[in-house]
Amino acid sequence: MAGYRILAHPILPVEEKYAFTFFWQGEPMKGLAGETIASALFANGVRTFGHHPKDGAALGIFCANGQCAQCTVLADGLAVKSCMTLVQPGIQVEPSDGLPSLPPVAPSSVAEMKPPPEVAVDCLIIGGGPAGLSAGVELGKLGASVLVVDDKHRLGGKLVLQTHRFFGSINACYAGTRGIDIATRLEEEVRQHASVDIWLNSIAVAVYSDQKVGVVRDGREYLGVKPKVLLVAAGAREKSLAFRGNTLPGVYGAGAFQTLVNRDLIRCADRLLIVGGGNVGLIAGYHALQAGIQVVGLVEALPECGGYKVHQDKLARFGVPIYTSHTVLSANGENHVESVTIAAIDANWTPVPGTERTFSCDTVLIAVGLDPVNEFFAKAVEFGLPAFAAGDAEEIAEASAAMFSGKIVGLKVGRALGYEVGEVPPDWIRTGEILKSKPGETQDEQLPAEADGQIIPVFHCSQEIPCNPCTSVCPQGNIYIDPDDIRKVPQYISERTGKECIGCEKCVTVCPGLAVTLVDYRKAGDPIVTLAFEFGKEALRKGDVVTVLDTAGNVLGNVRVVQTRIARATDRTMVVKVQAPREVARQIAGILVQQAEVSAPMEQYVERLTDDMIVCRCERVTLGEIKEIIQAGSRDINEIKALTRAGMGACGGKTCQPLILRAFREAGVPAEEVELNVARPLFVEVPLGVFAGLEQR
Amino acid sequence: MTEPVYDVIIIGAGSVGTPAAMFLAEAGFKTLVIDQFASVGQGANKAAIGGIRATHSDPAKIRLCLKSIEVFSTWQQQYGDNLEWIAGGYCFVAYRPREEKILKNLLAVQKEYQLNIEWLNREALLEAVPALNPEGLIGGTFSPDDGSASPMRSALAFYRRAREKGAVFQFGEKVTGILTVRGRVQGVHTNQGTYSCGSVINAAGPWAREVAETVGLDVLVVPDSHEGGVSEPVAPFLRPMLVDIRQTSDSANYYFYQHATGQIIFCITPAPPMVGTDRRETSAFLPQVSRRMVNLVPRLCNLRVRRTWRGLYPMTPDGFPIVGLAPEVEGYVHAVGMCGQGYMLGPGVGDLLVRLIQGNLTANDDEVLRGLRPDRPFRGQEKLK
Repeated sequence: MAGYRILAHPILPVEEKYAFTFFWQGEPMKGLAGETIASALFANGVRTFGHHPKDGAALGIFCANGQCAQCTVLADGLAVKSCMTLVQPGIQVEPSDGLPSLPPVAPSSVAEMKPPPEVAVDCLIIGGGPAGLSAGVELGKLGASVLVVDDKHRLGGKLVLQTHRFFGSINACYAGTRGIDIATRLEEEVRQHASVDIWLNSIAVAVYSDQKVGVVRDGREYLGVKPKVLLVAAGAREKSLAFRGNTLPGVYGAGAFQTLVNRDLIRCADRLLIVGGGNVGLIAGYHALQAGIQVVGLVEALPECGGYKVHQDKLARFGVPIYTSHTVLSANGENHVESVTIAAIDANWTPVPGTERTFSCDTVLIAVGLDPVNEFFAKAVEFGLPAFAAGDAEEIAEASAAMFSGKIVGLKVGRALGYEVGEVPPDWIRTGEILKSKPGETQDEQLPAEADGQIIPVFHCSQEIPCNPCTSVCPQGNIYIDPDDIRKVPQYISERTGKECIGCEKCVTVCPGLAVTLVDYRKAGDPIVTLAFEFGKEALRKGDVVTVLDTAGNVLGNVRVVQTRIARATDRTMVVKVQAPREVARQIAGILVQQAEVSAPMEQYVERLTDDMIVCRCERVTLGEIKEIIQAGSRDINEIKALTRAGMGACGGKTCQPLILRAFREAGVPAEEVELNVARPLFVEVPLGVFAGLEQR
Repeated sequence: MTEPVYDVIIIGAGSVGTPAAMFLAEAGFKTLVIDQFASVGQGANKAAIGGIRATHSDPAKIRLCLKSIEVFSTWQQQYGDNLEWIAGGYCFVAYRPREEKILKNLLAVQKEYQLNIEWLNREALLEAVPALNPEGLIGGTFSPDDGSASPMRSALAFYRRAREKGAVFQFGEKVTGILTVRGRVQGVHTNQGTYSCGSVINAAGPWAREVAETVGLDVLVVPDSHEGGVSEPVAPFLRPMLVDIRQTSDSANYYFYQHATGQIIFCITPAPPMVGTDRRETSAFLPQVSRRMVNLVPRLCNLRVRRTWRGLYPMTPDGFPIVGLAPEVEGYVHAVGMCGQGYMLGPGVGDLLVRLIQGNLTANDDEVLRGLRPDRPFRGQEKLK
């Protein structure tokens, strides 16, 4: 087997890393410095990490974010989350099958224990992602003592997973720059401030009633942090979905997928299906294609995808079918996903018999929305500790909005700390609101008139979303979006400016939606269409014949590539020129990447008969069990927990609580009648030795 | 109001009220249970860590808990529900002559009541509990018939059986008053209505004093709180409940055991006590209990803590429960002040309450109730809380 590491990527740099041997079930495997155990196993083709002690169900990666414990393995005899633990030379990794045993320890090795040290800071920021770092920068400018804790090994949060250019505006949030590069810039910016301290691989585990926050630093040392103000910028967690086979290894979150593919450069799947047409799902599809992974389709329950239309169009143009008003019926397989079955749903969300289709694939990505990680905030409020939330922890939105939200909240924290920073400027608040806004109206696509002797841009961008970098880069000032409301669609205003397009291609390369083309009528013969293409240097060559498609992904025909160019200025985006017949030139919006055979369903659909629609993954509790208890009259999630153990597992109800609430909703029980689960520490499991202050572990 | 609708109304569907309802319903009493929370066992019951022992040092608790152990240990056989009962025993450890002396003195009393408990010297104890830190270990007591079970599962099982036998439960309802006529209980007012009855049992645990006040009685139950925690499950390696009664500057005893699920469940008694009903988590608990547990069983250093909580101990001045008829109000029964042992005492107390209400007490019952009388002087002090 060639291995599943990505050796070349159109956007991401593939660095040479120190390689070493580790062992899986005694077999030597290659690991790389800085790689998590989970990624190292994936890189070696291992995707099933253990079996559940309750029913022997196969377990694998699920959140890839340290939140659940589905990826637990034994590393040198100790149970660890493989997605958070770095692989080490010589380490013996074993599957977690049944209960792990606790190895004896010499009494002398626990002789030295100490109470946890305390650290006082002005502001503790939980989460070094777009919101936390932006707030850190604002507070750093004020000279406030700030501690940023982040549970990952590098800063940037989910920005480091984003290979695409960002929406928003250049002034407010680095629009047009790739997420991964924004992470680097924000980190550089925050590190300039001496009063901001950063602890990586460090996780907040509880906010206590005495207003201290327990933090495990670098996985080893437990400290009590006493902040004057707490800022929770811990982001979001992915929602889950109950369907048959939903816990099979190979079913996991789209965010988890992006972590494996874009952070760890692992080709973690060969073929996948995406469930959910929000931005996360749509972007995950794009990231899959960029990583050389086939996408058999995207399923969305609503009649329309909820994500940006430009993302959806982009995916459709690459050849990925989008099934709206469809749902996933089952993931099929024994130890791992082998196929997935979907069906159309009617207006009552009921699958329509006869519409079932099964696709052969090894992975199903769940992208059905996000929930804020706001439990620290709730506890701080309960305990009277001054607290703020920013980014997704406050309200789920794009990372561009998270950055701006962090900036605003940074100022608010500054005020709470007594700095004279004045009110948050009203235009900041308005920008923040605009960036957070959901997609608005979609207009019919307006193609410009043919323009003999000229070159003109075509905007395949007809939905109102907060984005305007095209207007900022046009040297002629020919692209207009109302600066007071960047959600409007772009207009070409050369008649108003009296200037002509010079064909600089800047709008083509900066557009996050890859939705701008240039049509050049300046030479005789068929016009030349310029498009942006992000599949690496080798993807296309002059002379290739490619299939071109319109905005929505309808095939327009085959045309010849006349030029390709990747330059420093285009920043890894290939500028492709094709010569196309006049009647289709303006409609061309993209180049087909994935052939139709990939997304063809299997001849016969597969029906999964096992009743394993799991709600609580940690304790293996099915939806059927939960429904039965609700039908019997229970209105208390605590009672459901006591009866079934749902929520008693390692993740502490992070995954099942929203699913249980959904089961109540579907049973017609009003939300106010449901007694919620009591939130308790810890946020993640921590060894007793860490709390005991053992010097060496 | 004419005929009583219920024979007995129990206030509190917790560790004591739920098994009491079961036994009363089984005995044919028309029983209603009223609880302020949304479902069974949501007060102090679910905060209990699940230890069950008869090896106390007074006849009342010994007898009550022997009955409880009989109920817990035979339940699955009899009714099918798995209460996660394990007869793992209790082990009180001694690392200093001081504790050795205390435990050996108690042992003499416990032996008097024919309890199955022995002193194990260092070697024997290490054989019984190999995970113990051998350094400085003198020995300890071991009582193999004690054990543990799941408080939540038990409450649910008693609840199911009580309802099968006709008991009625009203949840999310708070008692606001107890109706008496000429010094005799007639019924119970709640925030949602009025129920008539012949007898009322106060089984309101940490909230017992508030409930008693509604009938004009002052029952000396003051809650304090302990924090507890539960770990990830690991393969079985620790059989008994370990109890370490060494005092430190900030804690009295602490105890932990490996539950049937493989999880270690632990608890510490803070010193001085945290009096009141505050159940919010403190930063002190985990570092404090971890150092002590890791010191006692070194391998626990690698055990991951999953969750913590804080539960209420309804304490009485002398550390013994208050169980019996109220001399002041006819038809009013105290079953309160379990001092953190309501779970292990519950079935025994419930069983006794049937005979108390029937007026059918045995000589043993009389002995038990003598020690728990509501009108006792509260001068003594429980030796082994």
